[in-house]
Amino acid sequence: MAYTTFAAIDVGSNDVAMKIYQISAGKGIKQIDYVSQYLAIGRDTYRYGKIRSELIDELSQVLSRFQKKMKEYQVDAYLAYASSALREADNREFILDQIYLKTGIDINVLSNSERHYLMYKGIASRTVDFNNVIQKNTAIIDMGAGSIQISIFDKQALSVTQNLKIGSMRLKGLLEGNQKIGAGYKDMLAEYISNEIDSFSNYFMKDKSIKNIIAVGDEIDAMRRLAPELHITDSIDSNQMAIIYDRIVKTSAEDISDKYEIALEVADILLPAAEIYKCFLDRSKAEIIWTPGIDLCDSIAAEYADESGKVKLSHDFKQDIVSMAKSVSKRYHSNRAHISNVSNIGLEIFDTMKDIHGLTSRNRLYLQIAIILHDCGKYITMNAGGRESYNIIMASEIIGLSHRERELVAMIVMYNTVYLPAFSELEGELSREEYITITKLIAILRVANAMDRSHKQKVGKIEVERKNKKLMLNVDSLADISLEKVLFEPKADFFEEVYGIRPIIKQRRNF
Amino acid sequence: MGDKKYIKPEYYYNRELSWLEFDGRCLSEAQDESIPLFERIKFLSITASNLDEFFMVRVASLKDQVHAGYKKKDIAGMTSSEQLEAINDRTHSFMEAQYRTLNDNLLPDLKKNGLRILTSYKQLNDEQANYVDDYFKHNVYPVLTPMAVDSSRPFPLVRNKTLNIAALILDKDKGEENELATVQVPSVLDRVIKLPSSEEGVTDIILLEEIIEKNLDQLFLNYEVKAAFPYRVMRNADFTIDEEEAEDLLVEIEKSLKRRQWGEVIRLEIAADVDKKLLKQLKKELDVMDEDVFRIEGPLDLTFLMKVNSISGFEHLKYEKWIPKQPAMINPDENLFDQIRNNDILMQHPYESFDPVVNFVRLAAKDPDVLAIKQTLYRVSGNSPIIAALALAAENGKQVSVLVELKARFDEENNIIWARKLEQAGCHVIYGLKGLKTHSKITLVVRREEDGIRRYVHLGTGNYNDSTAKLYTDMGLFTSSELIGEDATAVFNMLSGYSEPPQWNKLTCAPIWLRDKFIRLINREKEHALEGKKARIVAKLNSLCDRGIIAALYEASAAGVKIDLIVRGICSLKVGIPDVSENITVRSIVGNFLEHSRIYYFYNEGYEDVYMASADWMPRNLDRRVEIMFPIEDDNLKDYAIHVLDTELKDNVKAHIMQPDGSYIKPDRGDLEAVNSQEIFQEEANQAGVINKKEKPDRVFIPIMGDEGEQ
Repeated sequence: MAYTTFAAIDVGSNDVAMKIYQISAGKGIKQIDYVSQYLAIGRDTYRYGKIRSELIDELSQVLSRFQKKMKEYQVDAYLAYASSALREADNREFILDQIYLKTGIDINVLSNSERHYLMYKGIASRTVDFNNVIQKNTAIIDMGAGSIQISIFDKQALSVTQNLKIGSMRLKGLLEGNQKIGAGYKDMLAEYISNEIDSFSNYFMKDKSIKNIIAVGDEIDAMRRLAPELHITDSIDSNQMAIIYDRIVKTSAEDISDKYEIALEVADILLPAAEIYKCFLDRSKAEIIWTPGIDLCDSIAAEYADESGKVKLSHDFKQDIVSMAKSVSKRYHSNRAHISNVSNIGLEIFDTMKDIHGLTSRNRLYLQIAIILHDCGKYITMNAGGRESYNIIMASEIIGLSHRERELVAMIVMYNTVYLPAFSELEGELSREEYITITKLIAILRVANAMDRSHKQKVGKIEVERKNKKLMLNVDSLADISLEKVLFEPKADFFEEVYGIRPIIKQRRNF
Repeated sequence: MGDKKYIKPEYYYNRELSWLEFDGRCLSEAQDESIPLFERIKFLSITASNLDEFFMVRVASLKDQVHAGYKKKDIAGMTSSEQLEAINDRTHSFMEAQYRTLNDNLLPDLKKNGLRILTSYKQLNDEQANYVDDYFKHNVYPVLTPMAVDSSRPFPLVRNKTLNIAALILDKDKGEENELATVQVPSVLDRVIKLPSSEEGVTDIILLEEIIEKNLDQLFLNYEVKAAFPYRVMRNADFTIDEEEAEDLLVEIEKSLKRRQWGEVIRLEIAADVDKKLLKQLKKELDVMDEDVFRIEGPLDLTFLMKVNSISGFEHLKYEKWIPKQPAMINPDENLFDQIRNNDILMQHPYESFDPVVNFVRLAAKDPDVLAIKQTLYRVSGNSPIIAALALAAENGKQVSVLVELKARFDEENNIIWARKLEQAGCHVIYGLKGLKTHSKITLVVRREEDGIRRYVHLGTGNYNDSTAKLYTDMGLFTSSELIGEDATAVFNMLSGYSEPPQWNKLTCAPIWLRDKFIRLINREKEHALEGKKARIVAKLNSLCDRGIIAALYEASAAGVKIDLIVRGICSLKVGIPDVSENITVRSIVGNFLEHSRIYYFYNEGYEDVYMASADWMPRNLDRRVEIMFPIEDDNLKDYAIHVLDTELKDNVKAHIMQPDGSYIKPDRGDLEAVNSQEIFQEEANQAGVINKKEKPDRVFIPIMGDEGEQ
């Protein structure tokens, strides 16, 4: 058969859902079944800090039934993801193990940034002309119960992302006690929201004009249905939004639920959500809200289709991770020319060593980002800067990297300048594989960095060539690279220790 | 919703009394001399079994309400005890009419046609008398259990619906006071016994209880039989299972089946000329009230007439047996899946055969590309070929999910057996939903094809029961529509306990959405009428007793919507109320086949929406059951559905028209050509091809523009 059957499972805070898809090059990603079951895992996590065993049993039962359904469709592959409800549970390792033993389903826990990265892939897979939309500056608003994530696409690449604690459910809870005051409630809500959005726009949007908004979440999908007479398909313009906003303000949640067949829980939080969209539209002067109508399952499917090469997404998301890293480095005034030079050298070495190091393309991305961020600590102190860089990286959100991955990148950066302890000393923090991976990348980073020690980009074109036990770095340069050569030796020693191969700089002056 | 002014009690009929009206229409078929004689006795038998079920369920539940002190009034403003009183009154006169029909019309006519039913053993000639004595000795005596009653031997528990003989006996030795005795007429033996002929060309038959009565003295050897009369009790059989407590629904139902035998006695039937003393004692032992005693002029329990109907040699007095025809839209030589993929297929049973539905499941069971089969089963026949096919599918490794409704009235015993059978075969069996009956009729086949998953769906108005499909008129749709397929999947997901889907494409389900949808559809016609546009509703269903729906219909009628209803059974709506229901007509078709399909038509400014459903317009369908309504969208099929409605609206042979006083009459058709809708459908099925005739059948509802007016 010319298609793959794929299942995506989302273990959320309030329900567990599975969607089955058919993925083919010709027809793209097509949903063929959807089941979900209410299960308040989040309530346990947020209240007790862990999930009670009764609930784990229930979760296992639901997943076993999902397993049966997967069998029914004879799915070729599945991915199961959980987000904050499991992430924040103290007993999550045991839960994951128990569930795996009981159901055979392997659940991966997503960090906030991974989740959003997935969502963006989902959006790109669904928005008809994603690259066209982001031609103009675009904000993605992903609304969740507790918070909203706003990310800005600047010149077609992701540049800023921020998490604002104004999720519709949280807002409702926050101001609930005062809901009785009627119109006053709405004003209070509006003030609270505009305050948050103003801060965001002051810090992150001041020089940017946003033309498009891409909105995801239950709320916007429900809003779309509130004005059937407008025949809204995949976008809402600001005039239409005004009509919808007006309707939400004037209609009770019960009536909305009855009239438009929207679940009462959703109808109940439409007011805060509408207020957020309205406020953001006002501040940003955006003209159109795109509503791809996707959820995490759709995004998981998009990720699978993209990673497995079954469907080509029009947008290169790896590039987004790189561009996010660049915008962090820009904020800390790193030397752009130096970074670019080290990148060229480092990645060239990585690619030439492919057969030797056995690392993955994902590891190459770590290296790339480590290079981009390797100097950011200098913003704080010129001396060393390794630890400061580590702290900055750990405090910055880079959409597309998991928390763990970010930590690895931060370590690569730190041990670029700081002495790398033996594995036995880092055993608690790193697995053996991780230690070996970062060590290999550190070795490359150190060598590449040393070649632009003067930050003068004396090394222009470089050709890397492996000859038996030697790695020839053929440098075309007319400049004097004596400094680089001297400082290069200790780095080369380390490199040889790691790979058993010695890098040697060979300067060619005749070109 | 709705205007208060349309929910006045005087605008509604009580549903029980309306039901009795319906049984009366069945009885009128038994009286109709234009109908073959043996069909008439069948109708009389049906009125009797109908009435039995009515008592066991409806009357019993009213009695429960009275006992519980429930004071709430029904939609017609009657309390439970007022209803019971009215029912009692009507039932007495109804049963009198039943026996008048039997004694004055049917028995004499049968005799004229060579079938003599001896209603008393005293009518036997010598040869026959010897024959029955002999029959008694060899066949009956061994299975009888006579029981005498005295202070040391309490009155035995007489089982629900069984026929018994009560006798007063006197001890020949001690001989002072009469004692009461009772014996059950064994249900294992045939009740109708053929006798040696009294004359050439005549078939004589007698009933088992008469044979026992004749030989009663043999059961009480030391006694003298002073008086003996057959009697029959009806007990409160309705039961409610506490599902919250029931760990295993199956066990609970098995238990309540046993319990059903022993409810309170709500009806005692006994011969009209019963001995006074005997009756008094019997009443005391059974704890039955005067008004619940029905004194019968003839044999008790007229359902024996169904047996009489099957006596061979009288085929000329019956309708020719109808053999359902190959559905016009289906080519038996082509793969059914291919045909469904090409276009939607509509079938009308029993004119067209139900076999394709059985074949659909059977084909799916064997098809290597089929991944899953899902079906809801409500009432199935004993030895159902569908069950066999589902079991086979599971054995072939398909995922088979079956929702078995165990709460289908009176069929539980049957259901439990085959539900177990399915489980053993490896099917995933769901035993209904807590608090809801699953009444929808849907089958989903998921097939893995070259270009992806494809879903084939069958939706019906009647149960997956190959036996009743030969007798009930029902519609069935096969479709491979992607949108309906998605909805069908969502239905089964929901039935297996998952959350409701975010939205539906085409199907509308009860108990959550169906009522609102109907109200919206009715109101839309109302709005159109108010705007001065043509507006029309035609609905064919089995029962109409939902207040909300009726009020909406009244409101629509008052706004000028022309509404024609074809309601077989209960109808709580009244016609001809000034300014309320003047635009509504109600007719009931009682014919050779039991009208069972539900078709709903809305004019919708000429776009004409046609829906079919498993649901009637009853509160239980709309609020307490899982039901499905599906649209008929293919123009060709829609035309056919409209043709069905139109033909039934034109019926002037089997249609009873409701009058403003609530009675039904068959109007004199004068010089009009006779239109018998069921015969027309048979004729069409014979000619194979109303549905797929390319030229459009006579369109009924032609929009009338401007001032042309309505005829």
